[in-house]
Amino acid sequence: MTPERHDATETSPERHGAVAGSRVLVAMSGGVDSSVAAALCLRAGHDVVGVTLKLWGGPQDQGCCAVSDVDDARRVCQQLGIDHFVFNYAAEFERDVVEPYVDAHRRGHTPNPCIACNRHVKFDVLLDRARRLGFDRLVTGHHVRISSLSGRRRLQRGADSAKDQSYVLYMLSEADLADLWFPVGDYRKHELRTLAAELGLRTAHKPESQDVCFITEAAGRERFLAERIDLHPAELVDAAGQRVGTAPAVELVTVGQRKGLDLGGAPQRRYAVDVDIAARRVTVGGASELSARGVRLVDHRWAVDPVEGEVLAQTSAHGPALPAHVDAEGQLRWAEPQRRVAAGQAVVFYKGDEVLGGATAAGHLT
Amino acid sequence: MRPCAIEAMTPYLEQQFANPSGAHRMARKSRAAIDDAREIVAEALGFDPHGIVFTSGGTEADNLAVTGVTSATGTTALCPATEHHAVLHPVEAVGGRYVQVNAGGEVDFDHLAAQLAPDAGPPVGLVSVMLVNNESGVIADLEAVADVIGRHAPEALLHTDAVQGVNWVDIAAAAQPADLLSLSGHKFGGPKGVGVLAIRPGVTLSAQQLGGGQEADRRSGTHNTAGIAALGAALGELHETRSEDICRISELADRLADGLLTSIDGCTETVERSRRAAGICQLLIDGIETEALLVLLDRFDVMASAAASCASGAMEPSHVLAAMGVERHAAAGSLRLSLGWCTEPWEIERAIDAIPNCVEQLR
Repeated sequence: MTPERHDATETSPERHGAVAGSRVLVAMSGGVDSSVAAALCLRAGHDVVGVTLKLWGGPQDQGCCAVSDVDDARRVCQQLGIDHFVFNYAAEFERDVVEPYVDAHRRGHTPNPCIACNRHVKFDVLLDRARRLGFDRLVTGHHVRISSLSGRRRLQRGADSAKDQSYVLYMLSEADLADLWFPVGDYRKHELRTLAAELGLRTAHKPESQDVCFITEAAGRERFLAERIDLHPAELVDAAGQRVGTAPAVELVTVGQRKGLDLGGAPQRRYAVDVDIAARRVTVGGASELSARGVRLVDHRWAVDPVEGEVLAQTSAHGPALPAHVDAEGQLRWAEPQRRVAAGQAVVFYKGDEVLGGATAAGHLT
Repeated sequence: MRPCAIEAMTPYLEQQFANPSGAHRMARKSRAAIDDAREIVAEALGFDPHGIVFTSGGTEADNLAVTGVTSATGTTALCPATEHHAVLHPVEAVGGRYVQVNAGGEVDFDHLAAQLAPDAGPPVGLVSVMLVNNESGVIADLEAVADVIGRHAPEALLHTDAVQGVNWVDIAAAAQPADLLSLSGHKFGGPKGVGVLAIRPGVTLSAQQLGGGQEADRRSGTHNTAGIAALGAALGELHETRSEDICRISELADRLADGLLTSIDGCTETVERSRRAAGICQLLIDGIETEALLVLLDRFDVMASAAASCASGAMEPSHVLAAMGVERHAAAGSLRLSLGWCTEPWEIERAIDAIPNCVEQLR
């Protein structure tokens, strides 16, 4: 799906109609997107300051807060001739992202730490600080856009559908959007790289970070969690309760998972369809047993008012948005049965490219 | 930098660039500059010229003291938990232990005595106590520290990191009980990248940087002639003017602290003024985070500091205040204002104007 460029979007400052000379704080990860975001703000005549967040003190591959990434962000700021600061949110990150991540696994849930970081760090403490420091806007390099129709601001998917990040930003309220800009949301990734190369920025060809920034490829999720919680072997049972295999750690099994389940060479595809942490038991089944009519949801965040009725619902960062119905209690029923969504995952509601809100999966509806 | 230091170093960058370890005429001129500087430093510190070892800075000097002494004697080291990381980390690396401080940042002598006792762990060959703390400004009583060492572990040596202290106390008198002393050139108007480890006669120390055997086999590496000459000139000038500087800067620091305490609610000094050095003013400000305050102050050309920075440039929570028992959330509002030999009254007035407004904006 490639969204049409929306005339009413105001992702880039020059299209926002704001007076040149606004004071903007650009959150710079050391990657190409936020580098170009800063350059676009500068080009639009704004007073730009860059900031990089130190979030994680432990080992990491590349993530958003490695020293080399801070070096890259600082160097880009030097090249652009803007001030650069580093804010230390390691304590907040540990408390609001890492600990809940570990705790969710302990409870058999599948958390999304990037959403937690956006919700509790970037668009909470950082946004609050930007306001206190007198900045007119906080800018990030996320691939999303803000539309403004009849004076109401709405979060929209980014122009590059393959890079769209609206799923991880569903928590942003209309009030938040009034203080935010996402200048790169109008561009495709290759356009951003070209722009960065033209500006001679050292991040122009830097590979993207993909995985959870605080978990190293070498150690992996299992070792990260094993250092923090006890992991317990799980028995795998079928729908009838018959034991059919084992898994090394019940805390690491995700509903919908197929790989890593030792089913003794069973020929048909089987998935984890239910995780019972207390009993250390994972129920496995075929695709039909994995499907559900809907998703039980908690912790809703709405763009404006709660939505009831037909929506498109997305259950992973780059998964499809599928037709569904949200009832008055905010519970979701699919138009056609879909795979169960692991508890802890976000479900985001759209109308076209517009984000209506989102919530956290807590189970399935039959 | 002090003009005298710049003047002292330029001949060795322009004409007299020879390696001072060489045997020719130009080398001898370089060598003479180093020997001159060595005598100036020795006199200013009250050490023997043979005990002056030039290093690349205070960090190297601290590392050489801690690692050099403990490795030569097969011992370990102690230091207060409020030391600079240039001492804390080498002490950690040699399996050493930390000594507690009281709420005023002063060494807990009972705890020091307990840590020196034979049953506390591996034998202690070195105790390192900073003369003036770089964050709080607390001045250590080295005489009293040496007394405790003498009573409980007479074999142990006393090292002092005097990187800050050299500006604010009569260094030769205050450091008299110390067996080793570290300095850093850039803290008193000299250049960055040059420092000193001063060593008393008879101290056994093994070199940590091996090579050509410079500095009497205690620190190999081609001499930084220009830097050493400049350090000598700067220290020589400091030695002449320190008493006057201390009087002048004390008044400015008091004016700064009084001005801020009066105009900011919920603002306190971290240590008693009589216990700290003239040039360091550390405050705790309720209800703000210094990390944000520094961004605002920067706009007013007020360049201050919170605690220490990590490799990324992020401010780290102050280990000094933590050791003094200051809660983490209170320590997040700590502001360190440093005054130096060149600080002018108008700078103090600008800070007194700017800081309360910035604090107000953040609250």
